[in-house]
Amino acid sequence: MKKVMMGNHAVSYGARLSRVDVIAAYPITPQTQIVEELSELCADGKLDAKFIKVESEHSAMASCMGASAAGGRAFTATSSQGLALMHELLHFSSGGRLPIVMANVNRALGPGWNIWTEQTDSLAQRDTGWLQFYCENNQEVLDTVIMSYKIAEQLSLPVMLVLDAFILSHTYEIVDIPDQKLIDSYLPPYKPEIKMDVDNPHAFGALVTPDHYYEIRYKLQESMDRAPEVARKAGEEYGELVGRPYDIVEPYLLDDADVVIVAAGTLVSNSRAVINEYREKGIKVGLLKLRMFRPFPTKRVRELLAGKRKIAVIDRNISFGATGIFYQELKAALYGQDNGAGLPNIFGFIIGLGGRDVTLEDIAEIVDYTLEKEKNEEDIIWMGLKR
Amino acid sequence: MIEIRIHGRGGQGAVIASKILASAFFKEDKYVQSFPTFGVERRGAPVAAFIRVDDQQILVRSQIYKPDDIIVLDPTLIDAVDVTQGLKPGGWILINTTREPIEFTGLQEFRVATVDASGIAAKHGLGSKAHPIVNTAILGAFARVTGLVKLESILEAITEEVPFARKANVEASKEAFRSVKLITDVPLKSGSKP
Repeated sequence: MKKVMMGNHAVSYGARLSRVDVIAAYPITPQTQIVEELSELCADGKLDAKFIKVESEHSAMASCMGASAAGGRAFTATSSQGLALMHELLHFSSGGRLPIVMANVNRALGPGWNIWTEQTDSLAQRDTGWLQFYCENNQEVLDTVIMSYKIAEQLSLPVMLVLDAFILSHTYEIVDIPDQKLIDSYLPPYKPEIKMDVDNPHAFGALVTPDHYYEIRYKLQESMDRAPEVARKAGEEYGELVGRPYDIVEPYLLDDADVVIVAAGTLVSNSRAVINEYREKGIKVGLLKLRMFRPFPTKRVRELLAGKRKIAVIDRNISFGATGIFYQELKAALYGQDNGAGLPNIFGFIIGLGGRDVTLEDIAEIVDYTLEKEKNEEDIIWMGLKR
Repeated sequence: MIEIRIHGRGGQGAVIASKILASAFFKEDKYVQSFPTFGVERRGAPVAAFIRVDDQQILVRSQIYKPDDIIVLDPTLIDAVDVTQGLKPGGWILINTTREPIEFTGLQEFRVATVDASGIAAKHGLGSKAHPIVNTAILGAFARVTGLVKLESILEAITEEVPFARKANVEASKEAFRSVKLITDVPLKSGSKP
């Protein structure tokens, strides 16, 4: 059934269709409507889940961890400062191998106090052992919640899906809500091998000496290494059932492109519109959409970008003292991958921090800059900065 | 693609109006996108909401800077904010007011329509006399004036989206459809819509 729906509610409906057992959350703009809607669905009996009100995001994650360890399907949502407050337990939940799913609405961190979109909040959690997926539109948001559980439960790792503040969270567009029966066949009830069980008591989170800790870390990384293939299959299977396939990275008009834009989130949507305009003029611009950011889809990125001459990475984030974060990751993935074809010139653009509007003209300017310059002259090209 | 901007004051229902309008277009098999001013709303402060409509999937995700048509829910906004900012010449500006379109001498570049949506809303018991809820009424007038969307689609969308007093909202919308006043003999600049 198709409905005109805001991005936040697309998250709520995704969680509902996933038949989550426990929702624990603390409100924060621009995420609040996600859990408001879930709270109503629980209160109205439309969703058979326990909704736990908590006093902070730290407690929200702690509650999700308890629920997940006890074998429940747990969900939470947050944004910005709320995600930052959870940081300690992000490590704890991945280390505990708990397949929790969380929606993070990308919002800038304060001060200066700002409620608008920026990717730095989620990207700053890149080393916590959570998988990360970035969404381009509200349909992808709903579908990604469901696929996230499929992936998380196979890997015993938590998954964060990310949507842009306001540009998706508060924007209404057409969303197809899949049939519950289809989703039930895609996502069977969660049955963990090990769980907290009063009839079969075990100790969880015990002291691990240097003798074993190192190997536990290795096993986590091993699961991360499996994640791209598990996620690719989950997206393919979802496509077969629901009619909308997803991949971990998605090329658009890439094969013959002289300039390739690499982006995530709604910057991808804007880039598609600009690429269409350039293609009409006969200028070969293409796109590589990064859906999955953690683990970084290094193998696929290398394959798809092999032989490309110019790449424009668009970052709506910054790692202070370094560069845009997607730019860093892309450079690291391609380093030493010459293979005789020559390495591409990678241009790193930073744009739209703190929700400053990104227009099609801005993206066109990025394309023109990349077309014109032979070599990258600086590690950060600031777009629209008032100097 | 058609882009529409709705001006109102916080609490008047500009955002709901944008959602109803988007749903109405969706019923006519259009692709739609609607969104509020990104930020913090305060009751009574000027706010805006936006709609994009197209025959194909809408990819652009920036703000709307050059709307095709404008709806003004509160006549006091005409003097308070630049409501016609970026409005394409020949675009419609539909104002909730008791005044005649011809009285808006500063808006000669555009096509002006007026409707007493406040009076209509109050008559149908929507909101209070001091703070009538005008968003559903004015959408009926919008259907008539622009011809972009059918009144039936607006009424269907109102029935689905409005949580209470559905019948009164529908009746108010119909009345505004009938009573809206417009100037049709405005000379159009080249490149503008017929």
